[in-house]
Amino acid sequence: MKPVYLDNNATTQVAPEVLEEMLPYFHELYGNPSSMHSFGGQVMRKVRQAREQVASLLGASPEEIIFTSCGTESDNAAIRSALASNPDKKHIVTSRVEHPAVRALCAHLATQGYRVTELPVDGEGRLDMEQYKRALSPDTAIVSLMWANNETGVIFPIEKAAEMARERRILFHTDAVQAVGKIPINLADMRIDMLSASGHKLHAPKGIGVLYLRKGTKFSPFMVGGHQERGRRGGTEATPSIIGLGVAAELAQKKIDVENTYVKGLRDRLENTILNTIPNSKVNGDRLNRLPNTTNISFEFVEGEGILLMMDEYGICASSGSACTSGSLQPSHVLRAMGIPFTMAHGSIRFSLSVYNTDEEIDFVIEKLPTIIETLRSMSPYWKMGANVCR
Amino acid sequence: MWDYTEKVKEHFLHPRNVGEIENPDGVAEVGSIACGDALKFTFKLDENGKIKDAKFKTFGCASAIASASAMTEMVKGMTVEQAAKITNQDIANYLGGLPQEKMHCSVLGREALEKAISFYKGTPVKTEQEKIVCECFGVTHEEIERAVRENRLTTVEEVTNYTKAGGGCGNCHPMIQEIIDGVLSQLSEAPPERPKLSNIKKIKLIEDTLEREIRPALKHDGGDIELVDVVGNRVLVATRGACASCQASNQTLKNFVEAKLRELVLPELVVEEVSA
Repeated sequence: MKPVYLDNNATTQVAPEVLEEMLPYFHELYGNPSSMHSFGGQVMRKVRQAREQVASLLGASPEEIIFTSCGTESDNAAIRSALASNPDKKHIVTSRVEHPAVRALCAHLATQGYRVTELPVDGEGRLDMEQYKRALSPDTAIVSLMWANNETGVIFPIEKAAEMARERRILFHTDAVQAVGKIPINLADMRIDMLSASGHKLHAPKGIGVLYLRKGTKFSPFMVGGHQERGRRGGTEATPSIIGLGVAAELAQKKIDVENTYVKGLRDRLENTILNTIPNSKVNGDRLNRLPNTTNISFEFVEGEGILLMMDEYGICASSGSACTSGSLQPSHVLRAMGIPFTMAHGSIRFSLSVYNTDEEIDFVIEKLPTIIETLRSMSPYWKMGANVCR
Repeated sequence: MWDYTEKVKEHFLHPRNVGEIENPDGVAEVGSIACGDALKFTFKLDENGKIKDAKFKTFGCASAIASASAMTEMVKGMTVEQAAKITNQDIANYLGGLPQEKMHCSVLGREALEKAISFYKGTPVKTEQEKIVCECFGVTHEEIERAVRENRLTTVEEVTNYTKAGGGCGNCHPMIQEIIDGVLSQLSEAPPERPKLSNIKKIKLIEDTLEREIRPALKHDGGDIELVDVVGNRVLVATRGACASCQASNQTLKNFVEAKLRELVLPELVVEEVSA
C-alpha cells in the first residue's frame, strides 16, 4: 500500500532531483572540501554553489549562510550566541507556541539565571503586537519568534516584529523551519538578524540545517572546532547533504508559486469538504494568515490517536495534538496556549501537504475520514450530548 | 509510534461490546474528557448471579478502547466476586501488555469495574470520599496506593504512567513519594533486593557514575564536581567551576546528581555539598 502522506510538517520525502545530485558525493566524489588537492576542491565548488542556492531562496548573501546539522542546532546556536555576545542582558522574549527546540532551550536558560517572557497568543494563535512591544526592555538580549507554527501553520508578523526589535537594538531570531520553501522570504528587505531552517522540511535529507546570520551580527560559535563555515561552525561539512539542500532550495524557489496555488488548493478542498461533511469539526488557527499546506482540524468528542490509527489502516499519514500521541498527559502546548477547549484539543488532527500530493489522494481521505470519525464517535460516551450542540 | 501488541490493535479496530445496557445491574462512569480518557461501563447479571452482558463506551486513545473491550470480555460469565478480583495488570496481560505510558488505560478499566460493582452492591464508592492527591487529574490517595501496591511501583514517574497522578503541574510529587514510601515500608519483602554492596564497591561505583554520567553533563555547562568522601550513604561532594558560584547548583545536586546516583548506585544515597 502506497502511503497517502499528509504529514509534511513532520518531514518530507527527498526530491528525486535532490537524491540524484547527492549520490556521487558519497562514493565517487567523496573528497574533503578543505583539502589542498583538486579532488577535494571540486567538492568545495559544489558546496559553494549550494550556499548560493540557499542564499538565493532566502534573499541573503552566501556568506550569511552557515550550514548546521538541523533546525534545533541552528536555534541553539542563534540564541546562545546572542546571549554570549550580550553578557549584560539577561532577558529573552519568545512565545508560548514555539517548537520545543526553542521552548525547551528557553526553559533551560531560565534555570541558568535568564528571565524568559513567553508571549501569549489569542484563540486564533495570533500574537498581540502591543504586548510584544511592552515585553521588549533594555535588558532584552534576544527575541526568538517562529515564522510559522508547525502545528497550525499560523504565520506571525515577523517582518514587523523584527523591525520593532531592531529599533531597540535587540537581536532578532526567527525559527523559520516551517516557513522556508512554503512562503516567499526576502531577508535583504528585512531586519532579521538570525534565521533557522531545516533541510528535511523542504525535500532535502534529514540531518542538514541552516543558520542565516546577518552580515555584521556578532557571533559566538556553538560548535567550536575547525575553520569550516568561516570558523562559525566547526566540523567537516556534510557535503552530500549540503549539495542536496542546495538543489532542494533551488526547487523550492521555483515551486513557491505551486505551493501557494496548487498545494493551497488541495489543502482548501480537503479542509472545506471535511468541515462540510463532518459535524462538530473546526479549524484551529487563523485561516487568513496561514501556511498554504497546513490545516489543523479538531473533531469534537473523539480522541486523536484513535483517528490516526484508523487512518493508518488505510495508509493515511497525519499527526495529532492529542495528549495520547505525545507521551505526555497534556494535549499540545500550542492548542492549550490558544485556549482550545480540551474536548476539541484531544481530537485535533494536522494534515500537512506537499507538492507531491494529488487530487486522488485528497479524494481518498475525504472518502474515508467521515466513517472513521463516525465509528469513534459511536464509541464515545460524550457523542450523544454533542450531537445536540449546534454550531 | 506506540509499540502496541497485535491484540491491542485488534481490540481497538474491532472492539467487543460497545454500547450501553438498558436497566443495568451495575453502571459506572470514570475519567473525564479533560484528562483525555473517559469510560462508561454497564453490566447485567443472569439468574445465577453471573455477568451475562457487559458493555462500554470510551473516549480515549487506542489502548483505552482496547482495555475497555478486553475488560468487558474478561468479566462475562464471572460472578461479581470473581470480577472484583480483576486487576489492571490482568487487563494489560490479556492484551499481551501495554506500553508503560499507557498503563493508566488499564487502570481506568479496573476502576470502572470496581465502581460498577459498588453500584450493584449498593456500597458507597470509597474513592469519592477519599482525598484527592493529584488535583490536575483528580486521582485519589487510594488509587495511587493501590497502583503502587499491585504493580510494585517505586518512582513518581512510574505512578504517573500508571495513574496519571503527577502528570500535570507536579505539585503533588512529594505526596506521591510519601505514598510510595509508605507502601514500600509496609511490604516487608519489597522493593526487590539489590545485591549488597560492599563499601569499597559502593565508592568505586559512585566514582564511576560521577565520571561517566555526571561530570560530562556538568562540564557542558561549565561546571564540575569532585567526590570528597563517602560516609555511610552520605556522598560528600564539592562543586567546581560554574557550579561553585551558580545559585541553581543546589537543585542540580539534588535533582540531577543525587537522582543519578540513586538510580545507578543505591537508592538510599544522599548527596551533600561540603567546602573542600
